[in-house]
Amino acid sequence: MSNPTDLKYTASHEWVKTEADGSITIGITDHAQELLGDMVFVEAPAAGRKLKAGEECAVVESVKAAADVYAPVAGEVTAANADLDNAPEAINNEPYTAWIFKMKPDSAADVAALMDAAAYQAHVDSEAH
Amino acid sequence: MTLKTTPLNAAHRAMGAKMVDFGGWDMPVNYGSQIDEHHQVRNDCGMFDVCHMRVVDAKGDGVRAFLRYLLANNADKITVPGKALYSAMLRPEGVVIDDLIIYFMTEQWFRIVVNAGTADKDIAWMKEQAATHAPKLTITSRDDLAMVAIQGPNARAKVWQVLPQTKAATEHLVNFQAADCGEYFIARTGYTGEDGFEVMLPKEKVEAFWYDLNKVGVKPIGLGARDTLRLEAGMNLYGQDMDETVGPLESGLAWTVDLKSERDFIGKAALLANPPSKKLVGLLLLDRGVLRGHQKVVTQHGDGEITSGTFSPTLEKSIALARVPNGVAVGDTVQVVIRDKMLAAQVVKYPFARNGKGLI
Repeated sequence: MSNPTDLKYTASHEWVKTEADGSITIGITDHAQELLGDMVFVEAPAAGRKLKAGEECAVVESVKAAADVYAPVAGEVTAANADLDNAPEAINNEPYTAWIFKMKPDSAADVAALMDAAAYQAHVDSEAH
Repeated sequence: MTLKTTPLNAAHRAMGAKMVDFGGWDMPVNYGSQIDEHHQVRNDCGMFDVCHMRVVDAKGDGVRAFLRYLLANNADKITVPGKALYSAMLRPEGVVIDDLIIYFMTEQWFRIVVNAGTADKDIAWMKEQAATHAPKLTITSRDDLAMVAIQGPNARAKVWQVLPQTKAATEHLVNFQAADCGEYFIARTGYTGEDGFEVMLPKEKVEAFWYDLNKVGVKPIGLGARDTLRLEAGMNLYGQDMDETVGPLESGLAWTVDLKSERDFIGKAALLANPPSKKLVGLLLLDRGVLRGHQKVVTQHGDGEITSGTFSPTLEKSIALARVPNGVAVGDTVQVVIRDKMLAAQVVKYPFARNGKGLI
């Protein structure tokens, strides 16, 4: 699966979608779900929680392992995807649809400064070597 | 460090395996969905590359007497040719060097299968003990043999489809019994809690055997599903549930340790002198989350620790084996520390699942 070009990406394998109202939606990339394997549990942050950029804020657990999800930028959590409670496998099936949480970023410039799809792919390739 | 490879390495890659470093071996962790692979074995059958495990042949007069002394379980329990016995091998201090399976073939030949990561130290220990107690025995690491496990309710029928010449010799095998069929040594054993065979065969034949099994519909299963299957079946994993820091009695292996007979064995005196204060129990997570090895278990009787934990695909809940104080009883609710939370888990009798069904 190729990484959608309308999204931004982090080095820790989150994708970030900017919505029309300036809020952002966060999930994990296809590469990340592929590495982790079958998802069985997702713990998302509560709405209202203030996050620093790079702060551990969610956990995704596959049969094999638990992995932290990090805040891509500073801001406040506005929603968590409750659908994942009963269907964590959606992250495996539709990694770019199965969002984990939404944030109101402190600064739109922070979001703009994240990697684009090409830069993220180069980052994934470099990690493979 | 270069990873060691089995003769099936190219086959795994051709079948789309995700390969990982498993104790220095380049092994398949899954080929697609690990959960699908798990159900495949519980409901139909699948095949596992277990070539990294080591086959050892102990041969010569007095081999039974030697094993009776070497192992915590009593080799005298197996008297029918081909019968197998699971045992721990202990140091004099009563700690576990490895767990293994011995097969009684003749009074001059027992076959032993040991874990991959411990094989070299196991063989060194066996040879050291033999030098003192049975100098005429030969202990040979069968590096010329490969091993494939075919497991699941349909596993035996699939093996007979591929190796019809072995059917007559293997169809009457009871659980935990093997037959020596010339080039193929076929045992009704496994590590999944399902029926099936473990087949030992010459290394140069294993790739063709693997592809032949695949042609009759046997799917390859990775180490990921192997771990969830064995944990559901309540089978210990060396290096996680026991090692050289603990004894068999605190590792859920009391049923394999014969302390009642007059027989002496390595580690017996230490076990009798030091009754354990902890035991291994099953845990079922009541809250949402996943139990993992090394998580702390808080009980009314003191703290314990999870030795193996995972998500059980059969139960669709998280399960674990945990070493806890003796006072903890089945039915108790305990707390498991997961990250910054205390989650409730119930102490349960294991196995958790076998023969296609959940048991909790």
